[in-house]
Amino acid sequence: MSYRLGVDVGGTFTDVLLINEATGEFHTAKVPSTPADSSLGVLHGIERVCAQAGVDPNAVTHVMHGTTVATNTMLTGTGARVGLVTTKGYAQVLQIARSFVPGGLGGWVVYQKSEPMAPLELTIEADERISARGEIIRPLDEAALCEALAGLREQAIEALTVCLINSFTNGVHEERIRALAAVVMPGVPVSISCEIMPEMQEYERTVTTVANSYVRPKVERYVRNLQREIVQRMPHARLRILRSDGGLAASEAAASCPVKLLMSGPAGGVTGALWVAASAGFPNLLTLDMGGTSTDVALVQNGEARVRRETTVGDVTVRSSSIDVRTVGAGGGSIAHVPALTRALRVGPQSAGAEPGPAAYGRGGLAATVTDASVVLGYLPTVARLGGDMPLALALATAAVQQVADALGLPLLRAAEGIYNIVNENMYGALRLVSVEQGYDPRDFALMAFGGAGPLHANALGRLTGAWPVIIPPGPGVLCAYGDATTAVREEMSRTYVRRFAAAPALELHTALSELAAAGARALDAEGVPRHEQRTRFEVDVRYHGQGLWLPIALDLAELVSGFPALTARFDAQHLQLFTFTLEVPHEFVNLRAIVQGVPPAIAAGQIAAGGPDPAAAAYATQRVRIEGVDADACVYDRPRLLAGNRIHGPAIVTQMDSTTLVLPAHVASVDPFGNLLIRPEA
Amino acid sequence: MPARIIETNPVPLARVAVDPITLDIAEYALKNARFEMDAVLFRTAMSPGIREQHDEFPLIANRDGKMIVGQFGSFIHGFRAAYEDTIEEGDIFLTTDPYSCAGAISHANDWLVLVPVFKDGRLIAWTAMFGHMTDIGGKVPGSLPTDARQIYEEGIVVPPIKIYRHGVLQEDLLRLILHNCRLPHWNRSDFNAIVAACRTGARRCVELAVRFGDDVFHSAMADMLERNRRAMAQLIAQNIPERRQSFEDFICDDGMGMGPYRIACTMWREGDRVIFDFAGTAPQSVGSINFFLNEEMFKMFCGVFMIMVFDPQIMFNDGFYDLMDVRIPEGSLLKPRHPAALSCRTHALGRIFDVISGLLGQGNPDFLCAAGFSDSPHLMYSGYDHAGEWFQLFQIGFGGIPGTPFGDGADGHSLWPNFTNVPNEYLEAYFPLRIETYETIADSGGAGKHRGGNALRVAYRFLEPGEISIHDDRWLTYPWGVNGGTPGRRSQKRLLRADGSVQILPAKCDRIVVATDDLLLFETWGGGGWGDAYARPADLVARDVRRGLVSAAGAQRYGVVLDASNEVDAAATAALRSARTEFAPPVFDRGGDIETLKARCLAETGLPPPTTPVPGRGAAGRRVAVPDPR
Repeated sequence: MSYRLGVDVGGTFTDVLLINEATGEFHTAKVPSTPADSSLGVLHGIERVCAQAGVDPNAVTHVMHGTTVATNTMLTGTGARVGLVTTKGYAQVLQIARSFVPGGLGGWVVYQKSEPMAPLELTIEADERISARGEIIRPLDEAALCEALAGLREQAIEALTVCLINSFTNGVHEERIRALAAVVMPGVPVSISCEIMPEMQEYERTVTTVANSYVRPKVERYVRNLQREIVQRMPHARLRILRSDGGLAASEAAASCPVKLLMSGPAGGVTGALWVAASAGFPNLLTLDMGGTSTDVALVQNGEARVRRETTVGDVTVRSSSIDVRTVGAGGGSIAHVPALTRALRVGPQSAGAEPGPAAYGRGGLAATVTDASVVLGYLPTVARLGGDMPLALALATAAVQQVADALGLPLLRAAEGIYNIVNENMYGALRLVSVEQGYDPRDFALMAFGGAGPLHANALGRLTGAWPVIIPPGPGVLCAYGDATTAVREEMSRTYVRRFAAAPALELHTALSELAAAGARALDAEGVPRHEQRTRFEVDVRYHGQGLWLPIALDLAELVSGFPALTARFDAQHLQLFTFTLEVPHEFVNLRAIVQGVPPAIAAGQIAAGGPDPAAAAYATQRVRIEGVDADACVYDRPRLLAGNRIHGPAIVTQMDSTTLVLPAHVASVDPFGNLLIRPEA
Repeated sequence: MPARIIETNPVPLARVAVDPITLDIAEYALKNARFEMDAVLFRTAMSPGIREQHDEFPLIANRDGKMIVGQFGSFIHGFRAAYEDTIEEGDIFLTTDPYSCAGAISHANDWLVLVPVFKDGRLIAWTAMFGHMTDIGGKVPGSLPTDARQIYEEGIVVPPIKIYRHGVLQEDLLRLILHNCRLPHWNRSDFNAIVAACRTGARRCVELAVRFGDDVFHSAMADMLERNRRAMAQLIAQNIPERRQSFEDFICDDGMGMGPYRIACTMWREGDRVIFDFAGTAPQSVGSINFFLNEEMFKMFCGVFMIMVFDPQIMFNDGFYDLMDVRIPEGSLLKPRHPAALSCRTHALGRIFDVISGLLGQGNPDFLCAAGFSDSPHLMYSGYDHAGEWFQLFQIGFGGIPGTPFGDGADGHSLWPNFTNVPNEYLEAYFPLRIETYETIADSGGAGKHRGGNALRVAYRFLEPGEISIHDDRWLTYPWGVNGGTPGRRSQKRLLRADGSVQILPAKCDRIVVATDDLLLFETWGGGGWGDAYARPADLVARDVRRGLVSAAGAQRYGVVLDASNEVDAAATAALRSARTEFAPPVFDRGGDIETLKARCLAETGLPPPTTPVPGRGAAGRRVAVPDPR
């Protein structure tokens, strides 16, 4: 018997999932997160789940982990003291950034720029220059540089970043500086931009490489500690970390390039959704992960999540691939307020957070949140308990929402419905960003909702988007851990290759792509993935010559024999779909990419016991609810008691330890063999 | 005759009650649609000006053309007053003529596309967007000739036309227009992108009307306008005094050796309305620095500024327009007579923001911002490379955001919404040049409790012979400081020739011949400082010095003394600061009056002072008169 573990660390809870690799049978545990050192919570969770399941830790072969350590380090500004080396004349590259002031017309009046992750006083210039074509225009002044590096050493920097102009065309000076730094300041980790992000655009390359340095010491420490503790308890287990792009990496590789882990957490949710959807038979879906302060949405087509070439954390955007997850500041804890002048109802982006949380939690919160509105409307029955043991106070929620109602001059329940509807609209906006705005019709997709708050809003969002069915997986609160446990090792190798089609020999392209593939294969070899389990595919980024952004287009090496006509046609078709026009302008390559990945573990989803359509055996209460201005009695069901084949007619509420699902009137939720709730309009 | 709207469905849209929640939802949805328009444009436009620097402005308006979401207020009112044909389903309009749309766009480089949104035979909304084209032909590359005296010299001017008729592109017309431009493939691509963005916005409007019903959609937009009007009425009543307040600022010169040009405005409140009167503004220029200021656009600038300063929660739209009355003298710099040249209006357009800042803030010094980077200076560089291929660069410069009541101004940033710089690596890959320095200039931001942002210094090494043009300002007058803050540093440009000679270039010039390896030092200006520099915490000053944003000598302006390692010498600082006995600064520190500045001009800038302007002339009546919206 061999087992694998999926571990997801959230702000409040750490979820652990233990899967029997042969049978797909699983066990879960939920333990409090330990923000000071999250590995403690992880280990505690692992012990608990193994004990519950009666599994010998020796039988665990893989520990898959999605981590928010990198993200939190950036969000809380608690990263390393980073020194930066730039080309002469460019020390202020982060100070100037892209000269962008957010907030629209007049936004400058209130804009306060945040401090760069590498302070200007710890930035030095290297006297050197590489041209746009990679020629050395001016050799590196090594003596002057060593002196400046010694100055940085005196200032006790904890990590060093090197990002020189045009280094994506020739990294020789960056590599030389790393070698010199190893002598001047041994032990200080050095990140060089031609390795972290070998692509054009100096600000983006600098900020990406600096972000890597900034989070690296913390992530390295965390991963090493975890690795050591895991090996002590489970000598046969191999630790892998989930990257932002949804691929797994060996812990050591992940730790040296932590900028690729910034979306590790949300990626777990999407990969978990992928796995659930695959067994349920829905290859196209929108995912909605709604937590306390924010909601993440993503689009999956043909069983693959869209990957984007940048990642945004707070007000910093770095160039590293991540699953195209869009985040809106709308969650269960989002605060509703009514500005005095316009008397409009606004929800978020301020959040009551985990502390004090919604008023209904009774921990001192006074502001009306989305959760409070749901309590007032009856959607969150007070008989249910969040996370299993948190009682909900209707009176406190009512008092909070009443303040909003008074400010609007509306009755209590109408105000509460307003809050519920507006937060849905915010999430709808995010779902459009990943679907309609990318040229996809949401009606061609199913909508999978998870996270603690997602299932409460899912049916309403199904109606707004027309995405049916709405899928509520069996464990909406632990889906990320599923993702961690069920995805595959993956490596992406890419390089910039700016050339018009006419000036790009197919043979050269073939060679370049083959080299990238070979490098990716070697990386997977090192992770212990045998060659026969490696799958390679190719992508090229293409645009019209002179255009700013590009589209990634899949490519088969064999088709290069006949040149690029098929590639051209695929690009034009996608451009037409996205932007409604094509151009009679030469096509141009921008980046080349080989993606090598292992075979995902063949773990079948477990099935639940079957029953008839009548769910009455799982019903345990009745709850008064207000939906679209109409009061109704909703039957409340206990999810663990539902059987495959049950059909629940709305209005209804389904409760379980980690989430609550609302089924609207004129909709029906059917239970599939895997325990998913599939909500559709009544026929 | 204004335009005739052809609707096949005769049932008028009804004004119905919209519940407040639906109203908020529709407002969010329209805001999302407007950002989607930007996203479509940025991804598909081709010129760096639109694609990277985001020189473009979208809007969604109601059936009557009133802006519901957008930036610069509605362009549609002026267009509809001027257009004399029908407006039908499937039509898409294009114009580039400021004189045919009451200044909705203010020079012919801005291509304005308007899409009437029809649903079931009725006009339900408008979407529109204008974007700056890198070139529209005319006498110089970039189409912004400093020495133009008539708009006819500035490139092709397109009156309002149906570029799509019943959904069909009028390919002949477009070919005719593109044939007159130096970079037709950029124009075509940018035009396509603007149309695609407008169509996206239009689709969203139709979807919303389907979702809520046509009458609710129509009424919700009317309610949004009224809601905004209510909020703005309160802002005006609370913050605009009845007594008259005046403010003036200047455009340094016209590129023909004359200047400065005064922009003067007086503001007062009568009941719930505020009046802005530009009497005292300089007569129109014979050159191309005229700025045809659309009254409605000025209202939007003012409204947005007030919202940002006093209550950024308010979503702005055109609802408050009847609360403002804007009076601009005919034949002035801000309302020139046809066919005055308009291409280089960017300086006056930018300066308007300093005027608004000074005008609104002077009665309310706690909310007064200093003078900022109120321009978008341009650099053009063009020629044939050694392979015989034409290259043409259009670069926008950035500078110091002013110190504000809320904090320091950012260094080397943009005052314009959404603008970003073009990555230097991109420029080096696509143009024959190298950028050897890209940094902010120490001490160029005005000193103050809140420091003005620093100016930017960019060193361009030209690798092919060619010609450059420059459009800049604030080389003579200073970006003023307020409430005790000092002015920012002025702009300057120097050409370091490969032969060793140095040439000081004027702020506005065309057809400067450059040779291989010549180096241009393009230095913009800093933002003014806010508040008493002596009140700035000394450790912040020391940090700025360690960062090279303020020099050690510059720290003196803050009354801060540093030791050898650039740490604060607390005792010496306290002594220096307390030694100042008299400090009664004016509200505005302009660094001297115009006469003084002119007298010192040659010595300080290396350029002769401009001479008193000779007024330009033009024909009255060639401009479309727009009826008062009230």
